[in-house]
Amino acid sequence: MATNLGNYTLNLDTSPSLLSFAAVGSKKEAEGPIGKQFDIINEDSLFGQKTWELAEGQMQKIAAEKALEKAALSPGEIKMLFAGDLLNQITASHYGLRELGIPFIGLYGACSTMSQSVILASMMVEGGLINRGMAVTSSHFCSAERQYRFPLEYGGQRPPTAQWTATAAGAVIVGQSSAPPYIRRVCVGTIENKNVKDLTNMGAAMAPAAAQTLSRFFADTGTGPDNYDVILTGDLGQVGSDLLSQLMEREGYKLEGKHADCGLILFDRDTQKVDAGGSGCGCAAAVLCAYLLPAMRKGKVNEVLFMATGALMSPTSVQQGQDIPGIAHLMHLSTSPKAGGG
Amino acid sequence: MENLTDHAYGEMVKKASPPSKSFRDIPLAFLIGGGICTLGHFFISQYERWGVSEEIASPAGLITLIFLAVLLTGLGVYDKMAKVGGGGSLVPITGFANAVAAPALEFKSEGMILGLGAKMFLIVGPVIVYGVASGVIYGLILYLFKLY
Amino acid sequence: MEVFWEYAKAFLVGGAICAVGQVLIDYTKLTPARILVTFVVLGVALGGLGVYQPLVEWAGGGASIPLTGWGNAIARGTREAVAEKGIYGVLSGGLTISAAGVAAAIFFGLMGALVFRPKEK
Repeated sequence: MATNLGNYTLNLDTSPSLLSFAAVGSKKEAEGPIGKQFDIINEDSLFGQKTWELAEGQMQKIAAEKALEKAALSPGEIKMLFAGDLLNQITASHYGLRELGIPFIGLYGACSTMSQSVILASMMVEGGLINRGMAVTSSHFCSAERQYRFPLEYGGQRPPTAQWTATAAGAVIVGQSSAPPYIRRVCVGTIENKNVKDLTNMGAAMAPAAAQTLSRFFADTGTGPDNYDVILTGDLGQVGSDLLSQLMEREGYKLEGKHADCGLILFDRDTQKVDAGGSGCGCAAAVLCAYLLPAMRKGKVNEVLFMATGALMSPTSVQQGQDIPGIAHLMHLSTSPKAGGG
Repeated sequence: MENLTDHAYGEMVKKASPPSKSFRDIPLAFLIGGGICTLGHFFISQYERWGVSEEIASPAGLITLIFLAVLLTGLGVYDKMAKVGGGGSLVPITGFANAVAAPALEFKSEGMILGLGAKMFLIVGPVIVYGVASGVIYGLILYLFKLY
Repeated sequence: MEVFWEYAKAFLVGGAICAVGQVLIDYTKLTPARILVTFVVLGVALGGLGVYQPLVEWAGGGASIPLTGWGNAIARGTREAVAEKGIYGVLSGGLTISAAGVAAAIFFGLMGALVFRPKEK
């Protein structure tokens, strides 16, 4: 059973494994630096569907099926499904995954949903309540734009702090196995806000939550950045990444050389016109499933902190003048089940 | 984190956020905006040359621009132009037309009535509301103080 | 030469008004819809004060095509209608003068939406 480390961190004593994982993307993601590593790329971002919302659901379905196929499992062998997306009432997950027939728990954590869902699945496995769980999340540029910003054909200019919502989905199956990567520790974040109200500067809204969770994890575990090969945050973008480094330095931790951000890995800022970087649940999901986990399987990186970050506003709350709360959930992934990583 | 005030963090955010490239944006807005206005002016003069009365030539020029802007919106070109032109494609009447056509196209998937019909005014609704209202207020002032 | 100067005036005035819009985009947090509202209301105010119409006469399309020109037209239409029809004109003037433009935007917008569909970005 899991043991508490400090106030916020849980040590998963059985070290559940990430058994299988799959990433799905579209055209712009394929053109990015990790485009070749996606399991499935569909250049048509409608994915053969009638609406962008159905397309997003379809991506989740494809990702889930691919993860099952890679593990040679049938849906019936997954005991619980944790999924979420960015849409109102998370309909991409509901419509996309309804045919799988797996007991379903819908989640909303904005862009932090990938961490949130994997953490929940791994805690259920750790507790022995289920033997296998699956985590799926997605985002779609076109469905997010029309919900949060402007119609696609509307001529607006994006400020340089804006981020580009990824059209991507990722699925991870968690269970007990002797094969790495393992999930060793998890740290569930608290809702943090520092009165950021700018809808076009999400990185700034989420950086305080990321810094809070990360420094709590270091304090709880008695470790620091040097104990890990890479600290991967989910879509802070350039602005948020800079702010995270500064905030961590105030807390006494130097992230230089250790920190990377999913939003800066998925897209090339210089050539892909994404301004401050990528964002959306699908961004962290795709980078985790297409880039980080395969690299861990190959042993290229061994001790990793993965922390997806979310901005928890809605169009309504922003129009009503509220600030933008952020959240960050952290998981410590490792290629060894016990030793190492501090 | 607790010892960092919202204000102090706001200052950090300001420093970390790159500013808009105004040295490039403003001249581009000038060029594209000026270009659209010149094109409109050409239409107006052309209609006059064809014998259309001055009173009708001016709105006819505007309507021609509106037509072109809707067409470019449908072809997926106007938003690309706006990425470059910014204020230059927002402020002319073509920006208004784009703001009518873009949500109409986008929300067609929610049906002809509550999708296309209602959402058409998503962006320009307020422009019509406050334009008309300020005209009425102006008219009231004229009427009450006998300024006409 | 005269024709050149006529177009140059339209270009310069239109460009300058749009550059003001760009300044608002870059230096304020105003959303596009707010900027459009600002321009129209400003046009009504400047038109009401009699400042804008001379600019339209000088620069033609350069002043009538930016949204401030629509505001100016609303003011002008209202003034003429109040002079002619009294209190009724207070309500009828603004939309009467802009009827064709608004109808065109709505009708073309509808047709455009029927023919085209949004493209992926």
